[in-house]
Amino acid sequence: MLNRLTDQLNFQTQALSLRSERQRLLASNIANADTPGYQARDMNFAQALRDATAGNASAGTLSTTQSGHISSAAGSGSASQLLYATAAQTNLDSNTVDMDRERANFADNSVKYEATLRFIGGSVRTALDAMKSPNAA
Amino acid sequence: MSMFQIFSISGSAVSAQSQRLNVVASNLANADTVAGPDGQAYKARQVVFQTAMVGAGNDAASAGVRVSTISEDQTPGRRQLDPKNPNADADGYVTYSNVNTVEEMVNMISASRSYQNNIEVMSTAKNLLLKTLQLGQS
Repeated sequence: MLNRLTDQLNFQTQALSLRSERQRLLASNIANADTPGYQARDMNFAQALRDATAGNASAGTLSTTQSGHISSAAGSGSASQLLYATAAQTNLDSNTVDMDRERANFADNSVKYEATLRFIGGSVRTALDAMKSPNAA
Repeated sequence: MSMFQIFSISGSAVSAQSQRLNVVASNLANADTVAGPDGQAYKARQVVFQTAMVGAGNDAASAGVRVSTISEDQTPGRRQLDPKNPNADADGYVTYSNVNTVEEMVNMISASRSYQNNIEVMSTAKNLLLKTLQLGQS
């Protein structure tokens, strides 16, 4: 029973970690909107989440073989999965940051980050409610 | 927590954009000067941005910005016939700075928009982090 609750918590934690990773990526793109030659990056979120929650070490993530090893957090080994965005409109300085797209993605990611936060809060509250004594109410 | 790096990323961008604004201000201030600090006509300056990796490692996801160089525009300045001017050359022409005011105004608007964008990114990240801190409460 509790295992099932923590399973969902684990999934949402991975999702939150990846969301924060993507937030950082989009912030980099917005920061480099005026840098000549900068190529905008983004991640395939669905694929990254699938890899992070699959449980098996995918290519690019570190495997822990000894007790002293620290497991790599979700997304930290995902540099190889980063994709390059193509420019919607070509630019003379070959910068591929599309500010409208980045701002939309950033807002979208912020809302989904908050949603994930609420899912985690809901799971925690459910678990706490389940542990409460019926007489305490 | 990787979100904390957003402050360094956007912070570096804000600082680079403010440097760009600074250069635009110098250019606009000197749009009508005849002689710069070196006795020659003032030359318009432009900042050149470069991607700078923030934090440990060479993580492509945390790319900040820094100003790599400030280059001087080498196009010849505007020449005007004004023999009475003490700065006139042997032919009676005065060389003004090569600042293009319209270009500088466009540059200024672009810099201020980018500045605002990055500030907004920082405030969103701050709100999200504060909400993360309140996780499990209430």
